[in-house]
Amino acid sequence: MVEHGDIRVVHRGGSKINFREPVITNDSKFLLCASGECVKVFSTSTEECLHDLRGHTDLVTGVIIKPSNHLQAYSCSADGTVRLWDFTDGILIKTYVIGHPIYSIHASASHEGVVFVVTSMHADKRPDLLQLVAVHLPRSGDQMVEARELSAVLSDVSSNPLAIAFGRGGEFIASAKGLQLEVYIFRKQKAYRFFLKEDNKKGGRNTFTCVACHPKDDCIATGHEDGKIRLWRNFNQKKEYTYSTLHWHHSAVSSLCFTPEGTNLLSGGIESVLVQWRYNQEDQREFLPRLGAAITHIAVSPDGSLFFTSHSDNKITIIQSCLKVSAAIQGLVKGENVTTDLMMDPRSKSLVLNGKPGHLQFYSLQRDKLLYNLDVVQQEYIHESGLQQFEVVKAAFDASGTWLATVEERKQKGAEVELNLKLWEFDEQTQSFVLNTTISAPHEAQITDMCFCHSTDNQTTMLVSTSKDGHFKAWQLDAQAHTEADERPSWSCDFVGAYHSLVPECCCFSADGSLLAVSFQEVVTVWSTASWELLTTLSQPPKAIRNLCFGRLSCSKYLLGTTGNNLLCCWNLLTCSLEWSTSMDVSLLLADPISENMAAFCRQAGSTDLFVFKPSEPRPLFSQKAVCPGKVTRAIFAPREEMLESCEESSQWLNRSQLYFLTQHMDLMTFTTKVEEDRLMASSKQLVIDDSVAMTPFYLLLGKHRQQDSRDAQSISAERTPLPQGSVAIKELLQTPAHVLPSTSFLCSMFVQSLLISVTDPREEDKATEEEMESEKEEEDSEEEMESGTTRPEQAPLGRQAAESAAPALTKAQVRELRRVKKLDRSWFAGLLDS
Amino acid sequence: MGEFKVHRVRFFDYMPSAIRAMAFNSRTERLALARADGAVEIFNFADHYFQEKIIPGQDGRAAEALCWVGQRLFSAGLNGEITEYDLENLKPKYTVEAYGGPIWAMSSNGEGTLLAVGCEDGTVKMFEILSERIQFQRNLDRQKGRIISLSWHPSGKLIAAGMMDMIRIFDAETGHSTYRLLVDRGFGPSRCKEVVVWSIAFLSDHTIISGDSAGKVQIWDGLTGTLVRTHPVTKWDVMALSVSPDESSVLAGTSEGTVIQFQFITATMDQQDKEWVRTRTFKNHSHDVRALVHTETAVVSGGMDTQLVVRPLLDKVEKNTHESALHKIAFPHRNLVCCAKKAGLLLFQFSDHLELWRIGESDGHGKPGDSLPVKRKPEKLIQLKRKGEHHICSSALSPCGGWLAYSTLSVVRLYRLQYNDNDISITKVSKLPKELRSVHQLCFSSDSSKLFASSSHSSVIVVALNQLECKYLHTLRPKSGSVQPVHLLCASEDGKWLATASTDCEVHVYNLCKQKLHCTVPVYSSCPTAIGIHPTTSNLVVAYADHQIFEYSLIQREYTDWSRKLQKQGLHRLWLERDTPVTHITFSSKNPAHIFMHDTFMFCIIDQSLPLPEARTMLYNQMTLRSLPEHERLRQSHAFKICKTFKHLMCVRLLEDHSVVVVERPLLDIMSQLPAPVRQKKFAT
Repeated sequence: MVEHGDIRVVHRGGSKINFREPVITNDSKFLLCASGECVKVFSTSTEECLHDLRGHTDLVTGVIIKPSNHLQAYSCSADGTVRLWDFTDGILIKTYVIGHPIYSIHASASHEGVVFVVTSMHADKRPDLLQLVAVHLPRSGDQMVEARELSAVLSDVSSNPLAIAFGRGGEFIASAKGLQLEVYIFRKQKAYRFFLKEDNKKGGRNTFTCVACHPKDDCIATGHEDGKIRLWRNFNQKKEYTYSTLHWHHSAVSSLCFTPEGTNLLSGGIESVLVQWRYNQEDQREFLPRLGAAITHIAVSPDGSLFFTSHSDNKITIIQSCLKVSAAIQGLVKGENVTTDLMMDPRSKSLVLNGKPGHLQFYSLQRDKLLYNLDVVQQEYIHESGLQQFEVVKAAFDASGTWLATVEERKQKGAEVELNLKLWEFDEQTQSFVLNTTISAPHEAQITDMCFCHSTDNQTTMLVSTSKDGHFKAWQLDAQAHTEADERPSWSCDFVGAYHSLVPECCCFSADGSLLAVSFQEVVTVWSTASWELLTTLSQPPKAIRNLCFGRLSCSKYLLGTTGNNLLCCWNLLTCSLEWSTSMDVSLLLADPISENMAAFCRQAGSTDLFVFKPSEPRPLFSQKAVCPGKVTRAIFAPREEMLESCEESSQWLNRSQLYFLTQHMDLMTFTTKVEEDRLMASSKQLVIDDSVAMTPFYLLLGKHRQQDSRDAQSISAERTPLPQGSVAIKELLQTPAHVLPSTSFLCSMFVQSLLISVTDPREEDKATEEEMESEKEEEDSEEEMESGTTRPEQAPLGRQAAESAAPALTKAQVRELRRVKKLDRSWFAGLLDS
Repeated sequence: MGEFKVHRVRFFDYMPSAIRAMAFNSRTERLALARADGAVEIFNFADHYFQEKIIPGQDGRAAEALCWVGQRLFSAGLNGEITEYDLENLKPKYTVEAYGGPIWAMSSNGEGTLLAVGCEDGTVKMFEILSERIQFQRNLDRQKGRIISLSWHPSGKLIAAGMMDMIRIFDAETGHSTYRLLVDRGFGPSRCKEVVVWSIAFLSDHTIISGDSAGKVQIWDGLTGTLVRTHPVTKWDVMALSVSPDESSVLAGTSEGTVIQFQFITATMDQQDKEWVRTRTFKNHSHDVRALVHTETAVVSGGMDTQLVVRPLLDKVEKNTHESALHKIAFPHRNLVCCAKKAGLLLFQFSDHLELWRIGESDGHGKPGDSLPVKRKPEKLIQLKRKGEHHICSSALSPCGGWLAYSTLSVVRLYRLQYNDNDISITKVSKLPKELRSVHQLCFSSDSSKLFASSSHSSVIVVALNQLECKYLHTLRPKSGSVQPVHLLCASEDGKWLATASTDCEVHVYNLCKQKLHCTVPVYSSCPTAIGIHPTTSNLVVAYADHQIFEYSLIQREYTDWSRKLQKQGLHRLWLERDTPVTHITFSSKNPAHIFMHDTFMFCIIDQSLPLPEARTMLYNQMTLRSLPEHERLRQSHAFKICKTFKHLMCVRLLEDHSVVVVERPLLDIMSQLPAPVRQKKFAT
């Protein structure tokens, strides 16, 4: 990544969490997910992201718990390093440099000090040939260690980590690739290979897709392309091996997993049904259907009480072992492509794009969390590949966020395109969008562009759609049809426009809504929205217009367009002439809705450059070469909640809004300034991580004693180093986006300390204990009194708030019970723990 | 390969009978197979699964159980009798009434001294096997309910018996029941139905494996009488079980037509304790699997769909050999169709009747591959029901169409047929010589003046025929003193020679003029499946079960040069890998160099004038030859001209007018006549 001044391109939210199998810690409290360039640690009880393990400089390709220490985890990355983390505190312990890009990592308890990684050793000769290599991790105190002691175990393995599995107690390792299963038995130092026939006779495709090994028996389960599961036994013989076949899935089995005791086998695939097979009684199987999207990975917690399934829609579902879904961790849903543009919902300030099939998703960038899905298509989605089903292809919001227009489309071979234009109205009562009008077949061909009139005077709301059938249509909320009492106003077509039977491509309203610009191939037509008069035409032949954009605010007299022959043109609408033009291959042009700034992504030699400029000024405000490889087709300016006070000229354009864009590989990236990063770093450095136990009722019980103890200790230390002003901490707490904040438990103590007067009075301390004893005598004590007895009065409201926010699932009865037990003195218990 | 007018006959409604029971003799590698019509067939597994012998059935005598004791074969059935078969004369030797009602199961102990039968009245009866007979010894403790299945412990001290709802273990010495193992009933509505333990196996480590009507395969500990494991295998019945000779694998056959393998394997490496694990599933049948045999290398299964399937276990055999191929035996390895060449008549042999048909006529002409318009439709002339309870074992029609003969186990009947325009009259020849009684094969001479009948000890009885009279001439006997039955008879066109082939692989040629043995073809290791004598050169052509072809000159009494050349060069690999044996050999009167032969899936003209196919040339090249230009075609053609247009051939004959009669019996037609199989849920239906 190219560093440019103080502005950097970073992953910030919305990255994949289903890329690799989730890893569950031994106590089933945390979930570790490889996510972009970091490892995310989720709490399994609250589904919140606790923190990120940052340090890798390329895609993280695997995470495992260190077999000899269950509080540490290895992660591997395409940057050629294996890193050891203390994942509870988020501390990088060690970095082992391997030197070759790593595709997956495996380890077993019986191989002390060795991890197995899949890497391509001979990158120069055959880059596609991957090897499974045993890496002896050198014992050294250094932070950065070079691991050069590599020994190849298996050659030619699959890059899919699911196709490699350790067998019973690490005695053997099984690897599948293509039509071959290879079992390497460590004690015998011998590999056995088993081949399947390429059987296309009955549509059977025998290719291996995944492997799992039974934890107690010598049994390997393999999943296949045609949905079969084979259970291999007796594989320590060349010939007398045997297998049995299970068949339920109709498409490829994507993941297999045995439960820790080996009593059940879990399998999943595109059907999005989790199948549980009873081991040795395979005809007894149980199903958990309707999981929403194709299952990509399955993991089981070490105690077997929870199952975790990753899904293709960037979701991790937490399932209890009785096959009941208990929770879901949802990331930004990114299908194979984003068909709608990236949009901002003006009300919730969330990012909107198409997510699950047939849905629009509302994703909060600030909290890095999916808010909700809007079912646009309202039809059952069939989980089968190769079916043509309705998809949301276009969506647009009006300026106030009260109206949402969506276009859904179904293409079928040999049939006409089916189109539906739907208009949704925001309902204040239910706080969601309600379908107002459905216009089936609004155009005869695909809709190319759609936009609302962004006028400030809200008399008429207007929508314009352009289509390949050569027309653009203006739709308006029909006030006349408002005659019947119970009928709400609905949308109808107001105007149909065309220009020389050319195909319209883009449309754009001017900032005040008085002008509409529609591009017809190489011609830009400007229409008056009041009278539907063609005012003028602008053109810059010979190539067609690609993007069209009106300037904002002070630059609203400018209309910008890009053409196919690498030209960026700026027309002045007052003079109806070309103001300036420059030659660049712009793939995407977009305007910041709250400033005059415009951003242009240009393709340059395989990568994309970014220019930020004002239409009125000749010099760009900011430019960065090689922002990312490949083409950028989707981007959005997201307004900031809090203005940034940056004084540097080149980063001032980021003060009011943030620019997000989607790369070729569907990664959501953004730009950060140095100021912003410094602030983040500062806040995370201040938080000395002492205790990251999740907020549980038990923690509340025990915590009060712990807190007191630690406060005693801290109050002593506070005398030595006086804390900085409390207001800073409060500011950090309130200003930092939620997704970068550490868990509330340590924020709390920091916050409280900032409020404390650093002078401690021993008398006051005594008084407090007295109060506590008093409160114990009185059974029906009020809440305030009790808490003032247990904790310092300043902390009380916040402590309660923290407890409540962390454990929202508590019912009233539980809270009452908690209060009761809180009154009991458990100091003996804390003492027991301390001793 | 020349152009022929082909009569494609599909009106032979041959319907094989369902397979009921099987027994395998691993010493002699013979499989005995009992069909629902009472017929017993012997297959030689050492000789390409050739169907050596057929003992015709008898009404009301279907065997429910088969058992080899040494070389002797016993059967028992629901008529309550135990039968021993005379495998040399292909008939039951004697029957013994067990007096216990229908017999469901029979099993002999390891030493072959005792035969236990399970009867309807709940008794297990022990019969002592004597050298010539069997003798009732005693009853074990009588139980309530019928005994469905039996299995001896290999030591011979214990017997496990499967019954209704339970399994009993008997002490074979005291006759007392030591254990009673209760078998669970099915779930749901089948809860109130009694569960039938259809099959049981007693292993030497005292493990008992049972298969029952609730669809379970259960593994019991016979020492403690406890259930070890239950494998629910099917929703329907588990009909048959079979244990491999080394007791490491068990097969279970179900009503769904699947065979499920269980293997005794260790759960983890380098540990000794093994367990039974369900492994493979074979699905080769559409209907119930009633009989199963687990040989060392293969799964042999048969059932309601009448096919015998030999599925080799690929981990036990060499890959890509004749042994590793799947074999399905659907048709008998002998001719059920007789053709009168001169009259254009076909005689179809069924187990209980004969049908005589006149084939249709057409005067149209067309391109190769066209179907010609039929001028006269084929016509059934006679349907002749057999008399007596024994099934027909052989039949013959004279080449002129004037004589018809058939034989059962007990009698031979000869009929004179006369045709007057559209009218046909049939007269039974009443006085037959008394030598014609127990006959295996019948054959008329080419001038229809003599009838040859093979009888016991490989002898052939010659009977002279003239108008309404029939006279015994003499008996031809081989010098070797063979006791095996003759299964092939062939008289030469000129009436001079008669060739016989017997199941002990001997081929004898008799000189009919001198009425004595002319020569014996050197004995080959495989059994002859078809013989033919060339009409002009008097060369005997023999096809064997291993697909070898020999040509023997009767005049020089040695193999011909062509035969030696063929042996030297070797037959093509694909020819040797053919599944079914050649069942008939005939010659063309037009071209003396042509030999016609056919098996179930092809018919072939061997042109002796053309070079033999090299190992690398394409054997089945008729389609490619057609597309080549003339001179190229000559260069590419070789001696084996194979036509695969017709499938499931019962008979291919050359008529006088040089047209070919092809009798097909498509397997689909047979399948469609079977009763409906059990309902199974299929995905996406």
